[in-house]
Amino acid sequence: MKKLLLGDEAIALGAINAGLSGVYAYPGTPSTEITEFIQNNPLAKERGVHSRWCTNEKTAMEAALGMSYAGKRALVCMKHVGMNVCADAFVNSAITGVKGGLVVLAADDPSMHSSQNEQDSRFYAKFALVPCFEPSNQQEAYDMMASAFDFSERIGEPVVLRVVTRLAHSRAAVEITEPVAEKPLSPSTDAWVLLPGIARRKYVALLEKQDAMKAASEESVYNKVETSSSKMGVLACGIAYNYVKEAVGNEANLVKISQYPLPEEKIKALAAKCDCLMVIEDGQPVVEEMVKGLLGAGYPVKGRLTGDLPRTGELTPDSVAKALGKETGAVFAPAQNMAARPPQLCQGCGHRDVYTALNEVLASYPDHRVFGDIGCYTLGALPPFKSLSSCVDMGASITMAKGAADAGLFPAVAVIGDSTFTHSGMTGLLDAVNDKSNITVVISDNLTTGMTGGQDSAGTNKFEAICLGLGVEPEHVRVVVPLPKNMPEITKVIKEEIEYKGVSVIIPRRECIQTFARHARAKKQ
Amino acid sequence: MKKDIILCGVGGQGILSIATIIGEAATRAGLYLKQAEVHGMSQRGGDVQSNLRLSTEPIWSDLIAEAGADLIISMEPMESMRYLAYLSKEGRIVTSSKPFVNIPNYPDEAAMQKELDTLPSVKLDIETVAKDCGNPRGANMVLLGMAAPAIGILSVESLREAIATVFARKGEQVVEANLKAFDAGVKACGM
Repeated sequence: MKKLLLGDEAIALGAINAGLSGVYAYPGTPSTEITEFIQNNPLAKERGVHSRWCTNEKTAMEAALGMSYAGKRALVCMKHVGMNVCADAFVNSAITGVKGGLVVLAADDPSMHSSQNEQDSRFYAKFALVPCFEPSNQQEAYDMMASAFDFSERIGEPVVLRVVTRLAHSRAAVEITEPVAEKPLSPSTDAWVLLPGIARRKYVALLEKQDAMKAASEESVYNKVETSSSKMGVLACGIAYNYVKEAVGNEANLVKISQYPLPEEKIKALAAKCDCLMVIEDGQPVVEEMVKGLLGAGYPVKGRLTGDLPRTGELTPDSVAKALGKETGAVFAPAQNMAARPPQLCQGCGHRDVYTALNEVLASYPDHRVFGDIGCYTLGALPPFKSLSSCVDMGASITMAKGAADAGLFPAVAVIGDSTFTHSGMTGLLDAVNDKSNITVVISDNLTTGMTGGQDSAGTNKFEAICLGLGVEPEHVRVVVPLPKNMPEITKVIKEEIEYKGVSVIIPRRECIQTFARHARAKKQ
Repeated sequence: MKKDIILCGVGGQGILSIATIIGEAATRAGLYLKQAEVHGMSQRGGDVQSNLRLSTEPIWSDLIAEAGADLIISMEPMESMRYLAYLSKEGRIVTSSKPFVNIPNYPDEAAMQKELDTLPSVKLDIETVAKDCGNPRGANMVLLGMAAPAIGILSVESLREAIATVFARKGEQVVEANLKAFDAGVKACGM
C-alpha cells in the first residue's frame, strides 16, 4: 500500500511499524511533525506507545535511553540545536551502549529557515562514535527506521538518523510495510554505571565496534555505487543524491552515501577510477573534510570548501547542477516592485501587548537592554517593536540578563516564553535568585508551545508555583493579562518591578490566539 | 509529461489546502508527486511557498530548478513575482489581483500591477468572486479553479473530485460551497 507522506511522517510511521514503544521529544522545526503523527496514529494509540511531549531534549534523550535499557525500542526526536541540549546524555549513551533499539532523530535546518544556525548533526554522530543514517527520500526515511532499530540492537549502540528540512517537510508516496510487534520488557543486566573504571572499559568496547560499523557501511544497501565513464567522481550524501540525478541522470560516476561511518573502500575505489571527487552534501562540509584526509593531500577533492558549491545554505538543484558543469539560470529578471515580507506576530497576539507595554516603560530608561529567547516572541526584535537585543539559545534570556546585571547594566530585562522557561529557563532563574541579581524576568505565558504550532507546554498552570519554589519573593511574582485595555496596569507593574532591586518575575498570561481559535472551532463541531 | 508548480502567498492564506487537493488528485491519477512545503517561522504572516512537482515519470529533486516552473499559482500579486527566477520560458502566472498589505514598504500598487501585466499572467479578484458565490473563505478554491485548465496533467473534473474527497469530513455544505467557488474560478479565467 502506498501513502502520501511528509518525510517526518514517513519516519514516524516507519518507527511505529518497526515496533516502537516510545517517542520522546521537544517540539522544534523541522522535527515536530514526527511526534505529532505518532500521537495521532491509531496503531500507536492502541499499543499505548509513549508520545507525550518532554520538557526538553535532554529529558527526552534520557527517558529514551531508559526505555532502551528496559529492552524496548525508543525514538528521540529533535531539531539540530536540540542535539546541543541533550549532548551530555547522547555522547554518554554511546559509552553505556543500548539494549532495545535507540534511534536519535536529528532534523537539521540548512539555510536556517526556522533556526539560529546550520550546524550539522553528522558531526555529533562522528563525535560520539556511533553510526548515522541519512535518507535521500521519503521511502528511505521510512525503510531506514526498521534498519536503524535492527542495527542499533545488533551493534548495541544508538543510531543517529539525520534529515534536513527539505526532506522533513516534503511529501511523496511511500510504500508501507506490515507492522511488527513491540519488543518485550527485558531490562539490561549489564552495568551502565559510568564510574571511571567501568567507563574506560566501555569506551574501549565502543572503539572495538568501529570496524563492524565500517563494514556495515561498506555493505549497506543505502550506500550504492553508480558507474559511468565520467572522470569526475561524485559523493552524493543524503538528499544531494536527488539533485545529482536531476542534473546528470545516469551520467554520474558516484557513490551515494546514506550510512556512516563513511564507506571508505567504496570511496577509494571511486577515487582510483576518477581524476577528482566532488563532494555534494547538505549542511556543513563534513564528508569533504573526512575525504581529504582519507585520500591524502595530492588528490583533488572539491565541494563547499573549494567554492565549487556555496559554503552556506541548503543545496539547490541549481547549485548542484552548476557544480557538475551544467548550465542553469533564470529566464525572467527579478521583479522591480518587490519588498521583503518577514514573518510577524499575529494580530491580536498577547506578545504584542507585552512589547507595547515594555517599550512604553523602557523609553524612560535609555540604558536598558531586553534579552530575548527562542519562540514566536523573538519576532519582537523586528519592527514595529524592535525591543530585543539578543536571542541566542533556549533559556539564555534570563542568564544573559543576569550576567549583564552582574556587570552593572540597568535595567536588565529578560523576555522568555512559557515553554522555553520550563525547557531551560528555570535553572538560570535559580542562579539569579541565589545571587539576588537585579533583573526583571517576563514569562510571556500563552499556555502553549506557539511557534511550532501549539503543542502542550510542560509548565502550564505551574508558573507561579515554580517561581516561588525557586525562591522568588511572593510580592515580586506578578501576573497580568496582556490586553490593550489593561495597558495602564501592565505598565505600572513593569515600572514597579524594574525599580525593585532584585529578581522579579512578571507573568503576562493569555492564550495563544491560534490555539484559542482552534479550541473554539473544536467546541463548535 | 511533467508539471512543476510553485504555490505561493502569505502565511495563513491557505496555499497548503490547494497543495493538498492537487496532491489528492495526483495520487488518484497515479502520478508521481513531490511537494516541498514551508512550515514553522514563515507561516506567521511572512512569504510562503510550496514546490509541487507532478510527473508521469519518477521525480528526483523535491525542489524546482530555476526556469523550471510551468506555473506559478499565487494568492497575492506581489508574491506571484517573488519567484520569477523559477518561471520557465513558456510558464505562466495565475494570481489573485488583490494586494495583501501587512508591511510598511509594500511597493506602489499601480506600478506593481503594471509590472505583473507585462508578464505572462492572468489575475483575478478572487476574494470578490468568492464572496459573490456565497463562500467568502473560498478564495483559494477560486484560484485553484482559475489555474485548473493550466495544470493540464490533471483534468478539471479530477480536481473537482479531489475537492469533494478532501472536504468530505467537513460535510456536504462545505463541499458544495468549495465546488461552487472552484467552478466560478474555472469560468472566470475563460480558458
